[in-house]
Amino acid sequence: MLQRLQHMLDIESLTVEQISFILDQSKPFQEFQRHPLKKLATLRGKTVAVAFFEASTRTRISFTTAASRLGADTMNLQAESSSLKKGESLIDTVRTLEAMRPDGIVMRHSSSGAAAFVAQRIDVPVLNAGDGTHEHPTQALLDALTIRDRKQKLDGWNVTILGDILHSRVARSNIHLLSKFGARITLCGPAMWIPRELESLAPGLRRTARIEEALDGADVIIVLRTQTERLHEPPLAAGEYILEYQLTAERLRLAPSDALVMHPGPMIRGLEIDPAVADGPQCAVLEQVTNGLAVRMALLYHLIGGAPVDAPHPAKERSNAAD
Amino acid sequence: MRVVEKRQLLSAQEIDRTLQRVAHEIVEKSGGAKDLAFIGVRRRGVPLSQRLARAVKGFAHVDVPVGTLDITLYRDDLSTVGPQPVVQSTDIDFTVDDRDLVIVDDVLYTGRTIRAAMNGLFDLGRPKRIRLCVLIDRGHRELPVEASFIGSTVQTSDTEIVEVRLQEIDGEERVMLIDRIP
Repeated sequence: MLQRLQHMLDIESLTVEQISFILDQSKPFQEFQRHPLKKLATLRGKTVAVAFFEASTRTRISFTTAASRLGADTMNLQAESSSLKKGESLIDTVRTLEAMRPDGIVMRHSSSGAAAFVAQRIDVPVLNAGDGTHEHPTQALLDALTIRDRKQKLDGWNVTILGDILHSRVARSNIHLLSKFGARITLCGPAMWIPRELESLAPGLRRTARIEEALDGADVIIVLRTQTERLHEPPLAAGEYILEYQLTAERLRLAPSDALVMHPGPMIRGLEIDPAVADGPQCAVLEQVTNGLAVRMALLYHLIGGAPVDAPHPAKERSNAAD
Repeated sequence: MRVVEKRQLLSAQEIDRTLQRVAHEIVEKSGGAKDLAFIGVRRRGVPLSQRLARAVKGFAHVDVPVGTLDITLYRDDLSTVGPQPVVQSTDIDFTVDDRDLVIVDDVLYTGRTIRAAMNGLFDLGRPKRIRLCVLIDRGHRELPVEASFIGSTVQTSDTEIVEVRLQEIDGEERVMLIDRIP
């Protein structure tokens, strides 16, 4: 039997079965986004604390919408107005939240390991919405769902991740997830952003500084956000980055014609991605956003809905109500 | 807790005859089959609704659309179903607005499943009418829910379970009365 999910902290610790289960359970929630009335009572009366200690708009809105559509209420903590700025430690902030008895905590923090740190110390399910440069598990899950939908399966693709891998938690989560499903992964970007140590993340990882090499045979291309704050550090300026690493329409033609282009967002048109590619048929960014809602609803549902972890599982008894 | 099969309530032929009879009743009491649609409640309501539609097609030569409804997200007892209540897809590819709907399920018991099913349907639109068709009504209602079309009514006690087994799901075809002995 599938081990019950208690937290969602990282992809690294998940099995292929658990990941497949989450993706399968996301499908009814994909469909739900098309209902005229997008409101369930499934988590009615439950409260989800959405604690973002790092600024974010898209992920935060996605999680709060997911919770609301399930009928839950949200407590919103944002870094700018947070008592952290007044010197309160992370654990005190979280304990304060805990004292308001939320049924789940979604958190994003600039320190790697922050979500696990909190999960070990409080008695409530924790969903990692991004911790430092460590992992962003729900992004990898929604990316996987997008790949599975667009390309009918998740196994064995040639995947190229393009950009600043070193500082990217999205890249790390994707590397963990896709390698579990047999992907052949190529990392491509300026050499200082794809250090050799990254090869230890998964067997068979390839690194290249040449975009032409990375795109040859690529079935899935994940374009990372260029963190523009880093583009002023020598030796690479924005103009050079565009010249050498922008995913242009012409470069995309080096990949198979059915190659899938994804981007975690927000995209900077004209920087890491050519607007023609962003708006083209191979690009799945809008599906990624919708799938993000579905995956987050499925995770909130499973982490917070259902019986407490230690309750006896009545599934062996068939009652007329359980069908 | 032991589970003991007490007796068979319906055989395969009896199930089939019952469904044929119920299909006729539905058409009779629907003024033909205009705007009619069947909604099968997962899981066993699904093959039952498909069989009813086939029967209606057979004698009335009308295509009644069939949809599938998963009520897991609408249950009022999610915390007692188990640690991992798996949700499946609702698949209704026609509009629910102004439809004459018949919800189809295998057993009517407390009525909570049907309450959840109605909530699910109202999230999709505004039906003209909703009626209920069940293979077995076993009594013990906890909500004011009634079936308009009933295959068979059975008196049961609280410890008993009515188990409908269908070829499409269980690989056999019969309805059993089961007791749970502590």
